[in-house]
Amino acid sequence: MSLTETKTEKPEGWNRPTPIAPEGEGELLEVAMGPHHPSTHGVFRMDVALDGERVIRLKPVFGYLHRNHEKLAEGQSYLASMPYTDRLDYICPITNNWAYALAVEKLIGQDVPERAEYLRVILGELTRFQNHASSIGFLIQEMGASGTPLMYAFREREKILDLFEELTGARMMVNYMRFGGCRVDASAEWLDKTRKVVEGLPGFVDEFDQLLSSNEILMARTQGVGLLSAELAINAGVTGPMLRASGVNYDVRKVDGYGIYNRFNFRVPLGDHGDVYDRYMIRLLEMRESIAILNQALKEISGGPVMSPTAKIRGLRPKPGEAYGRIEAPKGELGFYLISDGGLNPYRYRVRPPSLINLTILEDMCLGVNVADVVLIFGSVDIVLGEVDR
Amino acid sequence: MKTVEEIKSMIEAAVPGAGVEIVPNPSPSGQHSLRLAPSHAIQIAKFLRDEAELKLDFLSNVTGVDWPDKEIAEKAKVTRTVTKTVDGVEQTVDETVEETHKRIEAGFLEAVYHLYSVEKKHGPVVLRMRTVNRTDQVELPSLTPIWRSAEFQEREIFDLYGIIFTGHPDLRRLLMWDAFKDHPMRRDYVEPDDFDYEPTAHDEVLKRAQAHKDKEQKIGNKEQGSTTA
Amino acid sequence: MAVDEGLKIELGKQGVLVTTIEELYNWGRRNSIWPMQFGLACCAIEMIATTMARYDLARFGAEVFRPSPRQADLMIISGTVTKKMAPQVVRLYNQMAEPKYVIAMGACAISGGPFKQGYNVLKGIDRYIPVDVHIPGCPPRPEALMQAFMTLQKKIDGQHLTGEDRPRFLNAEAQGEFPVPVQGEHDLEPASNPGVWTVPVVMQGTGNGDQGSGNSKS
Repeated sequence: MSLTETKTEKPEGWNRPTPIAPEGEGELLEVAMGPHHPSTHGVFRMDVALDGERVIRLKPVFGYLHRNHEKLAEGQSYLASMPYTDRLDYICPITNNWAYALAVEKLIGQDVPERAEYLRVILGELTRFQNHASSIGFLIQEMGASGTPLMYAFREREKILDLFEELTGARMMVNYMRFGGCRVDASAEWLDKTRKVVEGLPGFVDEFDQLLSSNEILMARTQGVGLLSAELAINAGVTGPMLRASGVNYDVRKVDGYGIYNRFNFRVPLGDHGDVYDRYMIRLLEMRESIAILNQALKEISGGPVMSPTAKIRGLRPKPGEAYGRIEAPKGELGFYLISDGGLNPYRYRVRPPSLINLTILEDMCLGVNVADVVLIFGSVDIVLGEVDR
Repeated sequence: MKTVEEIKSMIEAAVPGAGVEIVPNPSPSGQHSLRLAPSHAIQIAKFLRDEAELKLDFLSNVTGVDWPDKEIAEKAKVTRTVTKTVDGVEQTVDETVEETHKRIEAGFLEAVYHLYSVEKKHGPVVLRMRTVNRTDQVELPSLTPIWRSAEFQEREIFDLYGIIFTGHPDLRRLLMWDAFKDHPMRRDYVEPDDFDYEPTAHDEVLKRAQAHKDKEQKIGNKEQGSTTA
Repeated sequence: MAVDEGLKIELGKQGVLVTTIEELYNWGRRNSIWPMQFGLACCAIEMIATTMARYDLARFGAEVFRPSPRQADLMIISGTVTKKMAPQVVRLYNQMAEPKYVIAMGACAISGGPFKQGYNVLKGIDRYIPVDVHIPGCPPRPEALMQAFMTLQKKIDGQHLTGEDRPRFLNAEAQGEFPVPVQGEHDLEPASNPGVWTVPVVMQGTGNGDQGSGNSKS
């Protein structure tokens, strides 16, 4: 068959992991890291075959938190699935809600009022901030820092969770977005409180930066570890800070421009090397960009309703059809694919989990490194098991 | 971004003999899909990935869908010659009767691929592939050699739906344990009976609770010696 | 035989401490419960938040979270227990040294929670291992976890060293190892541990009355 000629023809199997030959003699040591492990971000298992300290083979095993979210959604209405999306990526419930609401709004052709869009952006960027802070905290803890950066990160997270609780009634599982807007309006006092919290955030990022970025141990352990090339990252479907750390300029907020993101002035930080240190720095820089977006949104937020007057919340029966809606969640591209057959329940409800797909190249990054680095590389992928297993 | 019709004509020009048809999407999202015949799928995929204007190098999402067998009842008017007694005399008359024919349209399993382009920043392009039926002919070619991101997602579809992807480097179960025998996301999956108490049981749950109670009573009262609080 | 409270306080003012062995033993144990670092799902994040600076759990004695079950006293099951994970949970429980306690945190650990109608979700971890304290909530607030901790401490205070109702670790005939379920073809085998949990009896009351009851106590 004739195909269009490409400039560089890829050899067969270029996107498979390169096998490493063991150097020593004898059998390989097979270790199961997990599912109960202090550093695996939840119940996750990696079957590692070691030659001394070097990793020869790594196979991840999933499913320890498979809660059949997709099957449940087929048995209940569209609105009833909204609280379940909170529990997917349980560190960032707001962005999960947003992705689902966006997918349904695409399916039914629903518009969203302006104030609701601003609130979505404000809450989404606050979520992104606390997610990146916690992620850096967990990464450094696995490096052996005994929890101090995590304590600092959770201190800021508590302030943000207080804001969430005041607005939505729950610290974590907020269940805030609806198809056509947001559930509750924010009062002027809440916006003032948010402005005060956001004023304190740059100081925290500076503190974090000063404490960690030029730390000798951090630099020695993370620079040059877990390299990921841009080509392999794109082919493996990696998204989010991992992709940008490998130098690929792809941020769904800029590409799709969903919501009102094209009104805000923010940069997309890119990495040079694609190693663990780059991913750490990208997250730190994205925290600063989130603060920039928050400042602009808090200044420009307009009045008006938070639910569209044409929105139908209960008894929603979308016409038969399908839609795929995606957002830039803090972990990567979170998408929802919905097929409707005209009934109350979705016919097919699919979550595109960024954490699971980012783990596709875990084996590639870990082959040939020492076992101690596996924990770091795994921590830099920043996964949440609720999303991997759904 | 090219429309679905343009992409279809590009594919048919580059891969001759490819079976491509457009599946329209009636919802306001406007994301129409292209249905590929499994025989040419890998060549079409390579073309879509490498072609200069499309450059669909990023496979975002692979979904499995189960379309069960449909029973279709058709009414048809049938004219038949029968012998009837009319006024005491036997005659052969043409009689028109309306009959209902029931036939079963075979269901199938489907895999849906969402493609984007990182280089050109456009998308999505939606591809679909269907198996022949749900029971024995459930093979589809795996697109993992073209896009690595299909690796885990196709394994998950194998686990939950039962589609066998030929050419997949490591096809085994992803989410359920290896000894598990069913394909849980299929529409006709029956859950195991591990009954638990529901305070406000209704509809199906109440039926299951009743059935379980009858089963318990049949087994014997000695098992029901649970201590009450 | 405990000492009269008033007498204790009077003597305490004079600088004399009077206690029983049982009280002393329980006091030492309740104030140094070391939990095992065992977070499964979303409740684990609230558990971590409880150990962080704002809701410090360490001041109640849970100073360190030990990752190894051999070094821990308390297993806080925070999050959904799936059928794939259940054998591992029971194995870890068996590996903990007596005296050991279990807190089922969150709706999922108590009964399967919002994911109850699931083919892979175990409808409550108390099907296989005995649970001491249940915390409802999805997820329960950090303050709820602290109250559960204090409830557990009260429970330990009330344990007697001798007699019929002495705890399991002092009772030579009580069950030591709990059987680990095996992952079968369609479900876990056995579906539950009959020594720990029995199917609640649905009794026909008046009208549509259902009453659930009947779990054997540990």
